Amino acid sequence: QGTRDHPPAHVVLRDRLLAAVVACFKRHGAAAIDTPVLELRETLMGKYGEETKLIYELQDQGGELLALRYDLTVPFARYLAMNKISTMKRYQVAKVYRRDNPATTRGRYREFYQCDFDIAGWFDPMLPDAECLKIVHEILSDLQLGDFLIKVNDRRILNGVFAVCGIPDSKFISTCSTVDKLDKMPWEEVRSEMVGEKGLSPEAADLIGDYVQRHGGLDLIEQLLQDPKLSQNKVAKEGLGDMKLLFEYLGLFGITGKISFDLSLARGLDYYTGVIFEAVLLQQEKEPGEEPLSVGSVAGGGRYDGLVGMFDPKGRKVPCVGVSIGIERIFSILEQRVKASGEKVRATETQVLVATPHKHLLAARLKLISELWDAGIKAEMLYKKDPKLLKQLQYCEDTGIPLAAIVGEQELTEGVVKLRDVARREEVRI
Amino acid sequence: MAEEAAVRAQAETVRRLKQDKADPDEIAKEVAKLLEMKAQLGGDEGKHKFVLKTPKGTRDYSPKQMAIRERVFDAIITCFKRHGAEVIDTPVFELKETLTGKYGEDSKLIYDLKDQGGELLSLRYDLTVPFARYLAMNKITNIKRYHIAKVYRRDNPATTRGRYREFYQCDFDIAGQFDPMIPDAECLKIVHEILSDLQLGDFLIKVNDRRILDGMFAVCGVPDSKFRTICSSVDKLDKMPWEEVRSEMVGEKGLSPEAADCIGDYVQLHGGLDLIEQLLQDPKLSQNKVAKEGLGDMKLLFEYLGLFGITGKVSGGCWSLAQAAQRGCGVSFSGEIPKVPEHDPGPPALGKLLEQGGLDQMISRGPFQPQPFYDGLWGSFWGQDSSSIPQTHLASEEKIRTTETQVLVASAQKKLLEERLKLIAELWDAGIKAEVLYKKNPKLLNQLQYCEDTGIPLVAIVGEQELKDGVVKLRVVATREEVNVRRESLVEEIRLRTSQP
Repeated sequence: QGTRDHPPAHVVLRDRLLAAVVACFKRHGAAAIDTPVLELRETLMGKYGEETKLIYELQDQGGELLALRYDLTVPFARYLAMNKISTMKRYQVAKVYRRDNPATTRGRYREFYQCDFDIAGWFDPMLPDAECLKIVHEILSDLQLGDFLIKVNDRRILNGVFAVCGIPDSKFISTCSTVDKLDKMPWEEVRSEMVGEKGLSPEAADLIGDYVQRHGGLDLIEQLLQDPKLSQNKVAKEGLGDMKLLFEYLGLFGITGKISFDLSLARGLDYYTGVIFEAVLLQQEKEPGEEPLSVGSVAGGGRYDGLVGMFDPKGRKVPCVGVSIGIERIFSILEQRVKASGEKVRATETQVLVATPHKHLLAARLKLISELWDAGIKAEMLYKKDPKLLKQLQYCEDTGIPLAAIVGEQELTEGVVKLRDVARREEVRI
Repeated sequence: MAEEAAVRAQAETVRRLKQDKADPDEIAKEVAKLLEMKAQLGGDEGKHKFVLKTPKGTRDYSPKQMAIRERVFDAIITCFKRHGAEVIDTPVFELKETLTGKYGEDSKLIYDLKDQGGELLSLRYDLTVPFARYLAMNKITNIKRYHIAKVYRRDNPATTRGRYREFYQCDFDIAGQFDPMIPDAECLKIVHEILSDLQLGDFLIKVNDRRILDGMFAVCGVPDSKFRTICSSVDKLDKMPWEEVRSEMVGEKGLSPEAADCIGDYVQLHGGLDLIEQLLQDPKLSQNKVAKEGLGDMKLLFEYLGLFGITGKVSGGCWSLAQAAQRGCGVSFSGEIPKVPEHDPGPPALGKLLEQGGLDQMISRGPFQPQPFYDGLWGSFWGQDSSSIPQTHLASEEKIRTTETQVLVASAQKKLLEERLKLIAELWDAGIKAEVLYKKNPKLLNQLQYCEDTGIPLVAIVGEQELKDGVVKLRVVATREEVNVRRESLVEEIRLRTSQP
């Protein structure tokens, strides 16, 4: 449940998509790594907060206690700590596993690909963070998925806002997760959850509302830096200062048009310590008479400076920032698009079928196809001693093979081959 | 205090193990003990009690290993595609019931997932059973497919010899009813192409046939009940000399000396078409119906292989494939690299790099196949973490780059970060692979050193003078020559200089 096989047409499309993403990662100088699908249970425990219950565990079969990886970030942190690496720019494209309640029609599965790009190391502030955002922008633009928006926020700014609104430390995380719902629920509902379920005072809730409903660019940052309450809060000032620097770099990269500083962005995972961001598609594909595909966010990430330190035996810290591309959701959209356009996706890349119209010519076919393979040509032939020409041509049409190399008795004596263009039905002798 | 002394002793043990380069699993165990002892002593905050490692029998792939792996898979996939195979993918876990009863004794090696209230699941053990399930579920009768993915076995791993619990299989299978031996010949052609492309040195493909084996055992008087066990003895011929195999058959397996000698006459033969002709003339074998069938097909196969031009590397009648052959009902083959180069610092040759077995029986036993549905060949191709062999060969030849970056955007003077960022954005948007150091004011020497360390061939240097003149200084790292390029032509110039011949 929550999993699916991938027939050839799927895999071809998916590989095309992954290749585009990897090309972008490589363009930015990332090196690839791979980690096992299995991790020690203790490696994963305590890293995912509430979501820990969604981890697939392996049965205790007398050895180590194992689980399937939930994401690629915790394994990355483990890899850095294990190998005592303090600087790395890496990408990893692999499947992860979550015992979610899958809404498979909306592209959510229990086994799905993630494409992660992360930069680890001590650098001048906000430069790697800015590059992560540039990468998201490039990928979403290259894939031509329509209009998109990248929301940015910072854990420190959020913490600062909560502090000046009088929220007790103990309620920070819980308030965070409620605020996060602002992209799906109107403010009134979010407010009543805060007061009704999470036990915040109405005054505090209103104060929060003043801040978290705002979004904008450098202008908003400047505004908040002037805010009498926030400017007194050390953590918020830090966050706002870095946010300003980030926006300056994004301006130099030429991408601020699609970036929004959004105070309601909170993101689920516990380990973020600074910048957080999320990319959403703005326009859904609408075909006449078809349900619009709403797919939510397609990429997300942020800075997580404390994670590696949790693994390192001496608590040695390695600051990290990274992004994860939600490839499955993008894939659903591309799939729809291909279907709608009527494009026939070929399952093979065969260029020519080696065929014979007469009987007893198997040996000639075998020799010819062997020459073609040895020259690197993608070729096939039917596994029949004496196939009918019509069947061979039909096979070409069915599988999209563009050319047929036909040798008959006449051609053999003359030392030529008839090359046939399947679509146009023209033949030339070569 | 006694505890502190114990901790010191343990730390000494760990140091010694690391120095002696002991088995990493053992080191990890002792480190864990040490951390535990330290935590109990209270000298630690207690947050580092767990062991930092990957599960037993699994490993990470570093960038260098990934670069090599990519190359190997590239060669393999290119070959599969050249032969018109489609690719499929299946989930890493299957319903437990799908896998039950398919692997015989090996079933105890399957990883089960904990019962967490849903379906009972297990990690896939190979790619063939999932393939069979895929065919049955989708009612497919004809397909040529490849599938490259990791499989999971709770084996006792000998990681130094390239045996893991999580490892890649590269499967290529042809299902369907076809004229005999043509698909089989193509499978062998594929093995030949891949082993040649990977340039691993000399190799040999051994071929055998279940029916020939059966016939041979029959004419030598091996009782039916002993077929399997004698098979496993014969299989050892590639590791043990004949005398030892013979004494195992007679001494341990209770075979009569006459039968053993009879087998001995046959199994020490190997060759090509000539051997097959010889066996077809053999007075005893030619009376055996099954053997004749097998020999006939083997002859046909060798004729096709001749047309493919690959008989030079194929050897027939190799009895050391007995066990593999026995699992199937037709042709079996195995590709081997016979020797290890002297400079090889890594794992010794794995011997059986690729193996294949016929699998109709497995299908006909399954719940979704009431009768033998697939008469055709099953060519199954698996590399037991085949990437570990090429590693030692390829890595020794050249410096492998782990990134593909073409140019580093650098500056020699201070306060030019903005200019660097603007320039690199232009390059990225044009599809150029570029990097920049994450420092506001990096030293030029450090930037150049970075290029040398990671193999970046070009540097695009921005300086105040160059900016005024509207040019960028392009430096070739290897030759140290520098040339001023107009900003507008920079992309083109980089493309020219980095295009492959």
